[in-house]
Amino acid sequence: MASDYQTPYKGVLGWLDDRLPVINFADQHLRFYPTPKNLTYAWNFGSLAGIALVIMIVTGIVLAMHYTPHTEYAFASIQKIMRDVNYGWLLRYIHMNGASFFFIVVYIHIFRGLYYGSYKQPREVLWGLGVIILLLMMATAFMGYTLPWGQMSFWGATVITNLFSAVPVFGDEITRWLWGGFAVGNPTLQRFFSLHYLLPFLIVGAVMLHLVALHRYGSNNPTGIEPKGKQDQVPFHPYYTVKDLFGLGVFLIALSLFVFYAPNYLGHADNYIPADPLVTPAHIVPEWYFLPFYAILRAIPDKLGGVIAMFASVLVLFVLPWLDRSRVRSGKYRPIFKQFYWLLVLDVLVLGYVGAMPAEGIWIPIGRVATAYYFAYFLVILPLLGVFERPKPLPNSISDPVIKGGGQPAGAAAKPMEKA
Amino acid sequence: MKKLFAALAMAATMGLASGPAHAAEATPIPEHTWQFEGIFGTFNRASAQRGLQVYNQVCSSCHGMKYVAFRTLKDLGYSEDQVEAIAAQYTVTAGPNDQGEMYQRPAEPTDTFPSPYANRQVAMNANNGVYPPDLSVITNARPGGAEYIRALLIGYKEPPADANMSPGQYWNKYFPGHKIAMPQMLVDGAVDYQDGTQATASQMAHDVTTFLHWASNPHMEERKRMGIKVILFLIVLTGLLYAVQRKVWSDVKK
Ligand code: HEC
Ligand code: HEM
Repeated sequence: MASDYQTPYKGVLGWLDDRLPVINFADQHLRFYPTPKNLTYAWNFGSLAGIALVIMIVTGIVLAMHYTPHTEYAFASIQKIMRDVNYGWLLRYIHMNGASFFFIVVYIHIFRGLYYGSYKQPREVLWGLGVIILLLMMATAFMGYTLPWGQMSFWGATVITNLFSAVPVFGDEITRWLWGGFAVGNPTLQRFFSLHYLLPFLIVGAVMLHLVALHRYGSNNPTGIEPKGKQDQVPFHPYYTVKDLFGLGVFLIALSLFVFYAPNYLGHADNYIPADPLVTPAHIVPEWYFLPFYAILRAIPDKLGGVIAMFASVLVLFVLPWLDRSRVRSGKYRPIFKQFYWLLVLDVLVLGYVGAMPAEGIWIPIGRVATAYYFAYFLVILPLLGVFERPKPLPNSISDPVIKGGGQPAGAAAKPMEKA
Repeated sequence: MKKLFAALAMAATMGLASGPAHAAEATPIPEHTWQFEGIFGTFNRASAQRGLQVYNQVCSSCHGMKYVAFRTLKDLGYSEDQVEAIAAQYTVTAGPNDQGEMYQRPAEPTDTFPSPYANRQVAMNANNGVYPPDLSVITNARPGGAEYIRALLIGYKEPPADANMSPGQYWNKYFPGHKIAMPQMLVDGAVDYQDGTQATASQMAHDVTTFLHWASNPHMEERKRMGIKVILFLIVLTGLLYAVQRKVWSDVKK
């Protein structure tokens, strides 16, 4: 089947593009791609996440050349990497801290979306793909953390896989199936390694779909109003290529500070003790980026309930586009939303703190209240705000600061930006 | 910009949220100054060499360092011959030989610091049911790091009246739970320093901890040196990129 595609290039480039039109594709999507001109630095975190993913894959593949996925040798192979492999310490410290930075970047990226309503129509699928990426990242990081086969590796894997035993009827079956035995052991480590190698490439696939969805309607922007023409946009290159590169520089400086001067700060000392199934660490604590979810898990007194709440805390993001009924996208024009939003940010930080504390005393009620607010934000507050909040008047367009009308109920005020 | 800072501050606090978990329930550890601290930190070779002497003469009768090879001691300023001599003080099990038997031989530079015990059960049997941990990465494996190890080694006190000690337990101010199965090993004069330094308990604790910190982080000096270059380079590059960004964006009307 021939198409009537006409390459816009001449010479060798034209010859190639005529046969493989990726050059044109790349030009359209990376160079000329029209982007709102008013994006703030909050929009840097998407491209940063992509670069973090590449850094993880590159360092991970080289680590895998020296790593041995076997309970008897895993810890020793890491020591070999740290001591004898040329720049092995550098690779491992980048991979270790890179995981933390990947999460920092992705969390900021998500909270950006939450504030500016980037999940709203017509970007629901784009948002959902993002949530899938988050889930895949969590699975990848969890299994990666098992690989060094230290005390936290082993006990973290034990605690988390045990959660599945809460599933009614089939719980124990499922857990044993996950382990490949009667406890976390060599079969578990080997499958985790296999999956830890596989999942990042599924993430790459999900990221591509994420970008396809993004380029369908383009980026949201701080006003939440769709661009109304050329005057509101700039071509991606050079405007956002240079801005993203600057952001990358800042990111690499921050990452380097940890890699070179505090490489183990974000980790746990216990993971430098080889895994020992007979010795339980005093506190089993997951990596910091899981702490808010861990707090939600422990906030519910019932095991199954806790597991459900923990998964629900991520899954609720899938339905968020339909929970937030307000037709104004950007939090900038939503005075009441704004306050609840910042309370949510604080709430998640509190959850993270509670997750690091032993589940006792004052931490239990704090964890419960924080969990309740987390869910209330999505399930109660956002749906109600959509009805009762009076948004501030919206500007006419990105370039035009003239404020249009004002004081109407939510639905009416939002009309102009609905036209994509 | 304000939003970026808010976001970074948030990220920072999220990172710090894992802090408290590390410090749970431990006695505050006294501050100590080390030459290996800070962005220009290096290992004091004389101190690390004295520390090796303490390790050889005291600690090695109970502990091993199975990931630290004798050959790496060259990083601490020993010559090839000295490394061979140090290794030869230890005996390792090798084999099987042509008759199919394992045999004992002096350690070579490519060997690692052996454990004095054949296996964990023997070690536990000899130490009241607790095995002396391998010390290869010990300063990374304890929340307080080097500071904690040093404090622990000289943290022995008379147990309080209500302590309820069993035989083979010693009271240590800094050990979690205070009851430790390792006796106080560092008493003034426990070793005779070859370089004439006075071997007080706290001097030895400082030296052996410096040595152990090197053993845990043998590439620390290289890492810190590289870090300075990488970060300076990145700062210049990022500054240039910022300038280019300003230039590129100057023609865009807000
Ligand atoms: C008589 C045997 C013996 C000698 C000699 C000895 N240790 Fe120990 N060490 C032990 C035992 C047993 C333990 C385990 C203690 C416990 O967990 O209760 C231990 C534990 C330790 C720990 C871990 C403490 C913790 O936080 O878990 C360190 C560090 C240590 N020893 C360092 C040293 C150093 C340095 C020396 C030499 C100056 C040394 N040891 C000499 C027996 C010994
Ligand atoms: C989404 C991207 C990835 C994330 C978030 C991630 C996360 C992690 C984490 C948290 C660890 C534990 C580090 C430690 O504490 O020592 C780890 C280890 C490891 N990862 Fe990854 N990883 C990713 C991609 C990859 C890829 C693509 C590979 C290629 C095979 C890989 C190979 C390894 C290996 C071999 C280890 C063990 C070495 C070590 O622990 O340092 N990773 N990973």
